[in-house]
Amino acid sequence: MPDLRGLGVSPGRTAGPVLLMAAAPALPPPGPPLSVEAGTAAVAAALSAVAAELDRRAGRADGEARDILESQAMMAADPTLLETAEEHVTGGMDAAHALDAAFTGHRVALVAAGGYFAERAADLDDLRNRAVAAVLGLPMPGVPDPGHPFVLVAEDLSPADTAGLSDDVLALVTEKGGPTSHTAILARGKGLPAVVACAGALTLEEGTLVSVDGATGEIRTGLDAPAAEEIRRQAEAERAKLAHSRGPGKTADGHPVKLLLNIGSAADLAPEAEGVGLFRTELLFLDRRTAPGFDEQVAAYAAVFKAVPDAIVRTLDAGTDKPLPFLELPVEPNPALGIRGLRVDRLRPDVLDTQLAAITEAARATGAEPAVMAPMVSTRQEATRFAERARAAGVRRVGVMIEVPAAALLAEAILAEVDFLSIGTNDLGQYTFAADRQHPALADLLDPWQPALLRLVETCAAAGLAAGKPVGVCGEAASDPRLAPVLVGLGVTSLSMSAVCVPAVREALAGHTLEECRAGARTALQRDHATIRP
Amino acid sequence: MAERTVAVAAQAGLHARPAKLFVQAAMKLGVPVKIRVGSGKEVPANSMLGVLSLGAVQGTEVTLSAADGPDGEAALDALAALLARDLDAADA
Repeated sequence: MPDLRGLGVSPGRTAGPVLLMAAAPALPPPGPPLSVEAGTAAVAAALSAVAAELDRRAGRADGEARDILESQAMMAADPTLLETAEEHVTGGMDAAHALDAAFTGHRVALVAAGGYFAERAADLDDLRNRAVAAVLGLPMPGVPDPGHPFVLVAEDLSPADTAGLSDDVLALVTEKGGPTSHTAILARGKGLPAVVACAGALTLEEGTLVSVDGATGEIRTGLDAPAAEEIRRQAEAERAKLAHSRGPGKTADGHPVKLLLNIGSAADLAPEAEGVGLFRTELLFLDRRTAPGFDEQVAAYAAVFKAVPDAIVRTLDAGTDKPLPFLELPVEPNPALGIRGLRVDRLRPDVLDTQLAAITEAARATGAEPAVMAPMVSTRQEATRFAERARAAGVRRVGVMIEVPAAALLAEAILAEVDFLSIGTNDLGQYTFAADRQHPALADLLDPWQPALLRLVETCAAAGLAAGKPVGVCGEAASDPRLAPVLVGLGVTSLSMSAVCVPAVREALAGHTLEECRAGARTALQRDHATIRP
Repeated sequence: MAERTVAVAAQAGLHARPAKLFVQAAMKLGVPVKIRVGSGKEVPANSMLGVLSLGAVQGTEVTLSAADGPDGEAALDALAALLARDLDAADA
């Protein structure tokens, strides 16, 4: 078995036996049941086996994961589901097809309910696969749970797969997925090494020992047990070192680089952080048929400002690609290129007015001085108008996000209008390479090491240095300990990421002088496509 | 038929944790209770899939129904009280 290589999306090294996640079972050609009695008994046994397995996993999980698993067990144990399946058996279907048909019927009802209810359809698909596998005597799909540490290898992972991920999972390796895929974000959140877009991952043999390097994307095969043990020991020592990492971000020669947090609410704050570089306000708006009112927004913002008075707040980043029901936006054929981010303001200016007023009221009430930035700005004119609105509302520091190449190219002009820039590398990559962030086959184009993307970062950072204004990165690239020194070398002044990623980035910066960072940046800008990573 | 109409108080609507708590409570009752939105289709309150398919968000008025009699009335009171609470809260 040759070594494999994919995209390293969550740093860290480990080694252990491979366990493959079983694929969804295929339905056999329809056949008659032995008898209605045998058929109904089979569907009942399959559904209760699925519910029991989920209950067992729920018992070992806690918090939100436990709630999710319990809800799924209750769906599997739903009396109306069993009733529908039994009716199909009585109507002449075999057990597997009766289960499939019963799930399909309930799926239609959930999708019809819309919004967050429709999203549960994915849970139902997972349950359907489990029930059909149970009735056919096939291995249960979903994340395996063998009771010992393992490297999880899958085609791709859904949110349902990862909800109850046990502590036994050493690393994630997927054949599909990209740097901004669900797998990548989850892995970084949990501090698990992860490699995505790894061609040939599914050909790895079950139980074979492999090492995973979540930074380089390298999967080594042919390890023996002592070698795997040694890699795990080294990784543990590395983690222990990071656990003691403290203090403000700076290079080996003392050049300061602020290490900030990406948060969705006050719950994501960490005591040691230097600040908040991206307060995503969408969380407050999710699940809503009506916009959250002024008072509710003030309370949510104040909770963050009390802890971090200089937090950078991003105004609502929603649109036809991330629909929020209360916005009542029309369906678009090309949502990523449609009404999203600041563009929502063209149709619903009231939303931004209320939000800006709530931010300044929360600032006044807490004595804070937050900064505010707009997502998806494309032109100098948009930046000017946003800055005018924000300053009129009482915001002192105004910035914009750079996610659209047009804005990056005009960074100098835009910086004449605002106080700072924050580069969202995920969307900037998507729009620079005309490659959908979620597209499983285009992960290489979305690699944050792409020289064309780094060139745009350099353009923005140079404009910031010339104007004496801060230019940060708040995309996933900022949390990559190998890329962070390159970004600093390009002239970026702050890096914003989830709290769990800060120690590794802090240590990476401390290991390089500013001149070394600049040399790394020059090299990265000149790499050709085949080997864009070091 | 005894009925109660109540607005869903949970911020997430009858979804996620609030839906789970509601269906769990319904399962523990000795009497069958049904739930609907307006004049829509009735679903058993002990059916997770049925309750989710109501699509009830915060503020949606739902109607609970059960057979007449003290047991039915008690079941309706218990479930209506649950829906009127903020089931998102950590102590719920």
